[in-house]
Amino acid sequence: MDCQQAHLRVYEYLDGELTVWRRRAIKRHLDDCPPCYDCFAFEIELRQIVVSKCGETAPAELQIRIARALGIEIQGE
Amino acid sequence: MADQSTFAELAMPYMSALYAAALRMTRNPSDAEDLVQETFLRAYRGFGGFQEGTNLKAWLYKILTNTFINQYRAKKRRPDQVDLDDTEDFYIFRRLGGLEAAEATRTAEAEVLEGIPDDEVKEALESIPEQFRMAVILADVEGFSYKEIADILDVPIGTVMSRIHRGRRALQKKLWDYAERNNLRPRAETTAGS
Repeated sequence: MDCQQAHLRVYEYLDGELTVWRRRAIKRHLDDCPPCYDCFAFEIELRQIVVSKCGETAPAELQIRIARALGIEIQGE
Repeated sequence: MADQSTFAELAMPYMSALYAAALRMTRNPSDAEDLVQETFLRAYRGFGGFQEGTNLKAWLYKILTNTFINQYRAKKRRPDQVDLDDTEDFYIFRRLGGLEAAEATRTAEAEVLEGIPDDEVKEALESIPEQFRMAVILADVEGFSYKEIADILDVPIGTVMSRIHRGRRALQKKLWDYAERNNLRPRAETTAGS
C-alpha cells in the first residue's frame, strides 16, 4: 500500500466502511507513514470540530407543540 | 408491529438531533420546527408499520428527509448554487502545508479550525448543494453508515459515497475560504516553510 492508495480510501477508512483486510492494510501504512497518519488524523479532528459546532437543541416551545399534537402530557407543565 | 403508546417515549429523545438536521436542510428556524413537527406526526401515524427492534433513528430520518423533499424543496427561500466545484481531497490540510511538512503540526492546524465561529461552520454546511448536504449531515453529524444513508435517501450506496465525498470537499473549501478571508493561520512553524 502506498500513500496514494491510502488516500483513495481515506473516507471509507474513517467511516468504518472497509473490510477487515483493507482496514489492516491502511492501518499498516499509517503506522509507517507519519505524513499520512497526520493527514488522516486531521480529517478526524476536522469532522469532530464540525460536529461540535453544529449542535442544536430543539426549542422548548417546539417540544411542547409536538407533545400537544401527539396528545401527550408533559411532565412539569 | 409497534405499539403507538410507546411512540413518544422512544421517539422524543431524537427531537433535538432531528431539529438540527431540519435546520441545516431548511436553513430557517420556523421551517425547521414545522418540518420536525410534521415528521413526528407522520411517524406517529405510521408507527404501526414500524418494525420494532429495527433502527428507529434511521426510520425517523427517512420520514424527515422525505417530508423535506416533498414539502420544503418547492418553497425554497435561498436557491442552491447549481455547480459544485470539484476540489481535491484533503483540501484544507494541503493548504496548511500538512502533506509537505516534516514535523507533525496537526494540533496547530486544528486550532485554526477551532477559531471558526459556530455560525460560520453552520453557514458553510448549509451552503453545500442540497443532495450533497443531506448526505454529509447524515454521515458526519448523525453518524449513519453508508447503507443506512442509502436506505434513508433511497439511492444506491455508490451514490451515497460520491455525494458524501463531494459534499465534504465542498465543505472544506468553504471553511478554508472563511479561514483565509479572516486571516486565520496556524502559528508560525507551518507558515515558515521547510
